[in-house]
Amino acid sequence: MNISEKILAAASDRDKVSPGEIVEARVDMAMANEITGPLTIDAFHRIGIEKVWDNERIIIVLDHQVPADSVKSAELHKIMREFAREQNIRNFYDVGFGGICHQVMSEKGHVRPGELIVGADSHTCTYGAFGAFGTGIGSTEMAAVFATGKIWLRVPESIRVDVNGSFQRLVMPKDLILSIIGQIGADGAIYRAVEFTGPTIEKMSVSGRMTMCNMGVEMGAKTGIINPDETTLSYVRSRTEKPFKELKRDLDAEYERTFEMNVDNLEPQVACPHAVDNVKTVSEIEGAPVDQAFIGSCTNGRLEDLRLAAEFLKGKRIKDRVRMLIIPASQEIYLEALREGLLEVFVKARAYVCNPTCGACFGGHMGLLAPEEACISSSNRNFIGRMGSPEAKIYLASPATVAASAIMGEITDPRKLGG
Amino acid sequence: MEVRGKAVTFGDDVNTDVIIPSKYLTTLNPEDLAKHAMEGLDPDFVKKSQSGVIIVAGKNFGCGSSREQAPIALKYAGVKCVLAESFARIFYRNAINIGLPVLECPGISGNVDPGDRLSVDLVEGKVVNLSKNRSFQALRLPSFILEIINDGGLIENLKKRLKVE
Repeated sequence: MNISEKILAAASDRDKVSPGEIVEARVDMAMANEITGPLTIDAFHRIGIEKVWDNERIIIVLDHQVPADSVKSAELHKIMREFAREQNIRNFYDVGFGGICHQVMSEKGHVRPGELIVGADSHTCTYGAFGAFGTGIGSTEMAAVFATGKIWLRVPESIRVDVNGSFQRLVMPKDLILSIIGQIGADGAIYRAVEFTGPTIEKMSVSGRMTMCNMGVEMGAKTGIINPDETTLSYVRSRTEKPFKELKRDLDAEYERTFEMNVDNLEPQVACPHAVDNVKTVSEIEGAPVDQAFIGSCTNGRLEDLRLAAEFLKGKRIKDRVRMLIIPASQEIYLEALREGLLEVFVKARAYVCNPTCGACFGGHMGLLAPEEACISSSNRNFIGRMGSPEAKIYLASPATVAASAIMGEITDPRKLGG
Repeated sequence: MEVRGKAVTFGDDVNTDVIIPSKYLTTLNPEDLAKHAMEGLDPDFVKKSQSGVIIVAGKNFGCGSSREQAPIALKYAGVKCVLAESFARIFYRNAINIGLPVLECPGISGNVDPGDRLSVDLVEGKVVNLSKNRSFQALRLPSFILEIINDGGLIENLKKRLKVE
């Protein structure tokens, strides 16, 4: 069995599962945020039972619109706060305690190899970076999980993406995943798991692996997932003392198909408006003007991303007509970036550093775009209207490409500025 | 179980941000969400949908965010059923869980014009374009999914099941 099958078999107490089978699986952890959570709570109350199935296995994070930008969003926060109190959910990350849900889940040790994790957020697939099967579900389904701790899942076919070679300097895991999505297509992995393997993945940092798995959903995948190894274990063990059972793919594991990739000559990639699979190399789109540059989100708002951005921005200034937003993905990252002096670099370069939140990526608050404006962003979606006006354009790229473009005021190959 | 309605057509990769933009997600009222259904793609959608319509779309309908507000907005805007070449999985589950029928129907997208009258047999998966006198076979829903739709959604279904247990 491959890793997804192993985890789903274990979660449903079976020796073996095959693609297409429908299993009733035990959920290890369930996560909701303040956008999906209020509907979950409403549905939970309609079921008519008093207590959640396990208050230790439920995580609630306020992240999409924090701090509250309107009375309406303050009301949503309040609903979540009261539910956490009523149900004695200790893993409740209020404003100031955490940051973006997927980063918080990982940092706080709620993601462990071999586990089945569901989240009422589509980027729950991020947890595959730790050898867990993470998948997004909706609010009503989450209410059923809150009530029963179980979910029906169809065992997915798996696509293997085997990656070889070494990245050129300033080419990043984001460029790799954009290139993969460009080739597989926005619906190319629909209903499927995408398992990343090969020497390039084995050498990749936890942060890079999270970027890769995070964007699995942008090709329709149920999850993106990577076999746990020493990199995984040392991270997870530094974050939690809870035991877990590492599950790995068998050597004779089967896949629906395998993609071979080599990153030796991979160029920086840019997903152009208005689809994540509308991917071009940076040289094809170089020179396109940008009004806003954004580094942040569950895809690329981690320390590694901020350090790289700081390499570009140190001693430089962002182009006058461009505004730049930098949003560390969590309080922990914010603090470390502060200690390392990265935030000072950003502010001196004239970037705005905002509090941990989904912010501009979600398009609910912070850094919205006017008609005809263009933004280059390290986030994950460039759909029509995602960041404000339906007439705005969003380009997705790596933090290196975003930082280089902010300085030049137009889409720029980061290798030309050098960092 | 049969639904009938006029067709409203869309292309591939209709994402949940265009079905219901983020800026409306602070409202929990389904009727208010419905006022903005499909606003990103067709500002006149709600005018058409109120009489009860069937959406016909291409591949990967409902991709993107997990927001359940997307199928809720469609359902309350008057959408009776969505037929597509394929669905994004979270949208698919969400729609079923709130009692909005969704059927994968290979070959449907190029064979329906806006305004065509359609009938859909949810149990057999038979789709008939009454205006063009053509029929299509959708993938049949497993019985447990039909039961969820029949019960009016997952919560009603779960209440029933928990009582049985």
